[in-house]
Amino acid sequence: MTPADVVFLFLGAVTLGSAVLVVTTRQLVHAALWLVVTFGALAASYLLLTAEFVAWVQVLIYVGAVVVLLLFGIMLTRAPIGRSEGLDSANRPVAIAVAAATAALLVTVVVAGFREAYVELGDPPAGTSGQMGASIFRTWVLPFEVLSLLLLAALIGAIVLSRREIQPPGESSDERPTERPTGPGRG
Amino acid sequence: MHIVYPAVVAALLFSVGVYGVLARRNAILVLMSVELMLNAVNLNLVAFDVWLGDALRGGQVLTLFVIVIAAAEVGLGLAIVLLVFRNRQTVQIDALRDLADRDAEPAERPEQVSTEIS
Repeated sequence: MTPADVVFLFLGAVTLGSAVLVVTTRQLVHAALWLVVTFGALAASYLLLTAEFVAWVQVLIYVGAVVVLLLFGIMLTRAPIGRSEGLDSANRPVAIAVAAATAALLVTVVVAGFREAYVELGDPPAGTSGQMGASIFRTWVLPFEVLSLLLLAALIGAIVLSRREIQPPGESSDERPTERPTGPGRG
Repeated sequence: MHIVYPAVVAALLFSVGVYGVLARRNAILVLMSVELMLNAVNLNLVAFDVWLGDALRGGQVLTLFVIVIAAAEVGLGLAIVLLVFRNRQTVQIDALRDLADRDAEPAERPEQVSTEIS
């Protein structure tokens, strides 16, 4: 076992432990905070695998943006701050069985397939910013541009979904459309 | 480093995500579990890209694309969850059964509706 193996096993244990806490904790806010630990440990794993650029993108987007979005969602759905009951549904035993079967199948296949696979890390590094930038903007530039269009579509979709009903001034905003009186000037 | 370590960690992380999606009732917790599954796939992509030493770095670029798509997905998903909360005052996904395929039993219908509301 090389030192890299030991460090990676430690990071993997942190990742898995905090992931299990995300799906088992009884407090919604704690789930989001354990998610930060999971994503941070994964970013450290990427650094260990010398995928430097992916690691920092992970920190920026997941820890910086996605978790904040999820915390906003928790806040806006008026979730209780303390412990809340009923976060697990009734099919929890089935879920445990399915997850255990998935884990057994995947681990068996992966271990059988890649038991001998070995890589010497860091010589040369696999993903510095320069290498990744050259790769994205030379080889993968078309999917990159298509992805920017997809982000724009998702942005517009999220705005359309979450905006309030636009109404003329003088009407209260929490009236439902079906209850609204049909006045003149509205087709 | 042995590639089997990140592969096994990714497989277990994916299973944890599967458990979360199936067992949680709160829609936001389900979204978090989906993020866990996507991250498991990302770890696999990075590890195997490093192992293969791809000159085009396809695995890592695909990881970046998956991260972007996951961000778009969580934004849209949260917008939908907020819309559901605004209309129904709940985000418990097993209480949202309007599209469920059930046999029509006229005698039981009023009872079921009343239990769902309470």
